[in-house]
Amino acid sequence: MSPDRRQFLGWGAAAAAGTVLAPVIRLIDLAQARSPQEAASALQRWGLLIDITKCADCDECVTACHEENGVTGHGRPETDAQWIRKVSLRDKRTGYAQTLPLMCQHCEHPPCVDVCPTGASFKRDDGIVLVDKHTCIGCRYCVMACPYGARSFIHETVSGQKSDVPRGKGTVESCTLCVHRVDRGETPACVEACNRDGGKAMVFGDLNDPSAEIHRRLRSEPSTQVRADLALNTGVRYQGL
Amino acid sequence: MARVHYGEIEGDSRGFYALLGALGALILAGLGASWYMEHNGHYVTGMSNRIVWGMPHVFAIFLIVAASGVLNVASIASVFGRELYKPLARLSGLLALTLLAGGLAVLVLDLGRPERLIVAMTHYNFKSIFAWNIFLYTGFYAIVALYLWTMFERRMNDYSKPAGLFAFVWRLILTTGTGSIFGFLVAREPYASALLAPMFIIMSFSFGLAIFVLVLMAACRWTGRPLGDVVLRRLRNLLGVFVATVLYFVAVHHLTNLYIARQYDIERFFLWDGGIYTALFWFGQVLIGGVLPLALLFGTTSRRAFAAAAVCVILGGLAQLYVLIIGGQAYPQLMFPEKEVSSSFFDGVVAAYAPSLPEVALGVGGVALALALTAVALKVLPFLPRSLADGDVDSAAA
Repeated sequence: MSPDRRQFLGWGAAAAAGTVLAPVIRLIDLAQARSPQEAASALQRWGLLIDITKCADCDECVTACHEENGVTGHGRPETDAQWIRKVSLRDKRTGYAQTLPLMCQHCEHPPCVDVCPTGASFKRDDGIVLVDKHTCIGCRYCVMACPYGARSFIHETVSGQKSDVPRGKGTVESCTLCVHRVDRGETPACVEACNRDGGKAMVFGDLNDPSAEIHRRLRSEPSTQVRADLALNTGVRYQGL
Repeated sequence: MARVHYGEIEGDSRGFYALLGALGALILAGLGASWYMEHNGHYVTGMSNRIVWGMPHVFAIFLIVAASGVLNVASIASVFGRELYKPLARLSGLLALTLLAGGLAVLVLDLGRPERLIVAMTHYNFKSIFAWNIFLYTGFYAIVALYLWTMFERRMNDYSKPAGLFAFVWRLILTTGTGSIFGFLVAREPYASALLAPMFIIMSFSFGLAIFVLVLMAACRWTGRPLGDVVLRRLRNLLGVFVATVLYFVAVHHLTNLYIARQYDIERFFLWDGGIYTALFWFGQVLIGGVLPLALLFGTTSRRAFAAAAVCVILGGLAQLYVLIIGGQAYPQLMFPEKEVSSSFFDGVVAAYAPSLPEVALGVGGVALALALTAVALKVLPFLPRSLADGDVDSAAA
């Protein structure tokens, strides 16, 4: 056999193996990915990192969230729902002013889940805290228990609901971390808007994944949790606070 | 002691039906208010995303706390063997059931989704004190019903002591559960305290006895049954001790907070510059609910003053729960120490709340339900002794 022919056969075999292996590898890849039907896994812990030194004086995140989730008001600020809000801080001594977005902190040990009598408030294995709209009886005990004032009670009939985001009068709701988007492999609406039109202050990702930006930054940069004294191990972390 | 003779009230006078008619109207108003709130949503009330528990909860928790406390009179007879209280035990058990029914009705009708009560009965999260309370309340019904049966059925009388003891322990746990609804709220500084559980127990003794005294006086007067001074003197002293103990617990609660630097601002709010909450604390809770009843109970001997003291205890109790429940929510949650906080969601400011008519109507409807059930039960079964005159009871008082 001439060397050329041998070489040709070698390349050919390699190409054939590649053609066969590539889809197999792709298949393994697919098999490992979570399908929408599959339950959330504790392998992930979804979270947010918010650098408030970059948080601009805008409310792109709030607008995007409420747009995405169909949260509309009735012009009654006391009773209208807010899933995310901009909070302004001013140091009492020095007057140093800051602003930050505040929403459900997706605690590892959520007080709202502890107090819910029916288990409607629950935490997914991947750390996202949600309300089951079918078993919420509207007792508002979770609102009493939340340290962050993150929950809203639906005080009147809602209209214009999004198909991904069921809502209903007489139940409680809060930030879902855009769970419907996360399950499709996308990022929450607030993060997307902040990075597109805002101060690029928000990072979304898997706190457990060493290759994720959020994990890398939490590993190498200082960060804080709001009400860290309660030791709830929040999924939302802040920098510059 | 001489055998106690019980008898149903006649309940066919014009006054009786007028009473039932008036209570019925209040119940209907409460139901109407509830329908109005459910139909429109809670925005028609004074409640908001900052004050999620309003006037209905003040009434509901008052009634639930009083329900467990009113059973005390029966417990003193069965568990602690005081014969003088024995003739009062049936009424005590009855009021425990009816007040709880009134309180729970208010609580349930204020839910965002009251029609989902069945969900609360079929889905439990046992880490939730609310879930425990569902068992504690339903268990309380069963145990008090059993207890009443041992009192009514002569063959079962011997069992009334163990039944009474069981009911007594159960009610202590029940009120511990009610107090812990607030005591376990770690994220809200005005609440998070183990002291709230025993404080709720002593509050229940006080509120429950005050209601008991008024119902007893009214029932005896309206049915022409004698009510002697011996019984009333005992109840009077007992109420005085309870009122003083509530004041003691309130003082300890605030003193503890005054020692914790983080709580200074909260104490300043409740005791000094909290507007309506400060006023209700000093004038409602302390003066009308504490000092005035003590003066009336121990400084006078008239029956009318006793009744007035009981009314004061009830008003002061409602004020106390208003300050605790609504004031505790109105005070902003501490998230960023040493920062002035503001937002579109009313962070950092004292939340506004004004009780709305439907809320008050629902709460009063619950009270009316409890009283109407009591009146009907008195007519149907012999809960009330025919006489509580001194000669009929004081032989046992020794």
